Amino acid sequence: MISIKNLHKSYKTKDLETTVLRGIDLDVKEGEFLGIMGKSGAGKSTLMYQIGLLDHPTSGEIILNGINAEKLSTEERTNLRLSTFGYVFQDYALIPELSAGENVMIPLLMQGKSFSEAKNIAMNVLSRVGLSHRISNKPSQLSGGEQQRVSIARAVAHNPKILFADEPTANLDSVSGQSVIELFKDLHSKGQTIVMVTHEEEYSKYCNRIIYIEDGKIVRQIIQK
Amino acid sequence: MKEDVTRIKKIGNIIRVGWFLAYRQIKGSNKSTTMLIVFIMMLTFLNLVVVSGILVGLIEGGNIANKEQYTGDVIIKTIAGEKDIKNTHSLESTLQKMPGISNISVRYIENGQVEANFKTRRDFSVLPDLAVTQVTGIDVLGENELSNLSKYVVEGEYLDEKESGYVLLGANLLYRYSSDFGDTFASLEGVFPGEEVKVTVSGNTKTFIVKGIVDSKVGEVSLRSFLTKEDFWKMVDRPIRNGNEISVKISQDSFISVDQLKDNLVKVGFAENGKIQTNIEAIPDFLNQISLAFGLLGNVIGLVGIVVASITIFIVIFINAVTRRKYIGIMKGIGIKEKAIEISYIIQSIFYATLGGLLGLSIVYGLLVPFFLAHPLDFPFSDGILVAPVGGTMFKFFLLLFVTIIAGYIPARRIVKKNTLDSILGK
Repeated sequence: MISIKNLHKSYKTKDLETTVLRGIDLDVKEGEFLGIMGKSGAGKSTLMYQIGLLDHPTSGEIILNGINAEKLSTEERTNLRLSTFGYVFQDYALIPELSAGENVMIPLLMQGKSFSEAKNIAMNVLSRVGLSHRISNKPSQLSGGEQQRVSIARAVAHNPKILFADEPTANLDSVSGQSVIELFKDLHSKGQTIVMVTHEEEYSKYCNRIIYIEDGKIVRQIIQK
Repeated sequence: MKEDVTRIKKIGNIIRVGWFLAYRQIKGSNKSTTMLIVFIMMLTFLNLVVVSGILVGLIEGGNIANKEQYTGDVIIKTIAGEKDIKNTHSLESTLQKMPGISNISVRYIENGQVEANFKTRRDFSVLPDLAVTQVTGIDVLGENELSNLSKYVVEGEYLDEKESGYVLLGANLLYRYSSDFGDTFASLEGVFPGEEVKVTVSGNTKTFIVKGIVDSKVGEVSLRSFLTKEDFWKMVDRPIRNGNEISVKISQDSFISVDQLKDNLVKVGFAENGKIQTNIEAIPDFLNQISLAFGLLGNVIGLVGIVVASITIFIVIFINAVTRRKYIGIMKGIGIKEKAIEISYIIQSIFYATLGGLLGLSIVYGLLVPFFLAHPLDFPFSDGILVAPVGGTMFKFFLLLFVTIIAGYIPARRIVKKNTLDSILGK
């Protein structure tokens, strides 16, 4: 599904060049729940941002279903993110002036769905994450766990091929964190491909493959049943 | 063709999402901030329309007064070098038969002078109290129907067609009215209705009783002395009693335009008898120049206002976009097109400008224009009104809108163009 070849990423400032990723080779297969683990600063999130086309690598290739992502235009990358990917961020990343329902609707509207169709889908997806009663609430009126569930609802509403999650439980208490992971588990059981960055070992058990990153390189891989 | 339809659909969808975002953002924004921005836009619009409108209105008010009190819609004057308008009677009767004409006033004019206070003059070593004037013989009723002259009588009464020996003096012939102008006019001391003055014209002097004082900002009214035409002809001896001015007014329900009337008179051949001018043409050229200069000045002031408004919108949208940079990044990240986000900011700018402009329009046409019509600005040479023609005002409205759109688009574009990940991470 996704093939990453010799991926490098460096950040340049005036006086300093910091290399974060040093030659990553990785394949993400359809239907797998991939966990990316590592210490803080190891390059896990950076790797996810490259795979998720939120950033450009310094060198290397990201092949998506046979297409080199680096050869796509900005608009084509945006279209790909809209149609193929879903994102869950550590800090939920909901738009504050939109209600929970509207946050879920916005990618659907961008895809060209009608307002009522988008609203119906948002309602269904929010029901799946147990928040149908919160559809009209603004993010500020929701708890952290609820906001993250809205964020997941937004990420999966348009049936993405891959769901990227960057430390989705990092800001949550253990109960909320568990409920979020249960949601991922449920989505994965229905065939959703998930790439999740986490540093929490307790949640990595739900992944069927875990890669460990250290100093910008994959140092270990564990395949779980 | 199919590609075009798809493209139009895509553009339509981008606008729809932009609208969705803008609507939510405006709805969720701080109400007092929104009101302040709208208020600034309203003041900018008023600055754009009212300043130039008042400046132009100072001249336009004078032009309107000139038309209403003096020229009518078309005026026929004595050709330079001639003594009077040839064939006045034939011209008058032709005008009376022309369709669409409501009033005609023929004026008979001679240069003369008025002497006041001659009874109290002690001896001939004291200079007489004299004022030079254009002695004007009028058809009392006809003139009043055309120029509403009686309305401007501020002391005493208007002339009576059945009476003889009365004169109506222009206020600027009297010192108490014209002292503000300094020594511009040689003016008479005192002189109240009921007092006697000596009127000298064509070498004949006759004593008249002052019937009234007529005060107007139109020089041709306030610097003249009016007699009934019967009294005028008792003093002036001309072989043919031709007029010197003929003012013509078109009836309100007539479809004939001022230019058409002038053209008709020219076609009939009256241009050989008198100088035919529309009320616009009769305005002295220097006044048109002043009007243009004032308009230009007003537009310059208005443009400064537009620059200020565009900077305001720029700052507002820039701060808004900068503070929301993270969310802009997130939206881009989840696949919302840059154009949709930019459009949401453009729509916000349009919202501020439209609301401010509409408020400004309602204040201009609902309050200021009627107010200045009812209470004109009192200037020495005119009653200033607010000139706000719909076409020009709408142009300024759309100019403000256009400038605001640009001022909103530029900062939004700058922020939206930033790296998506940097925006999300707040780098």
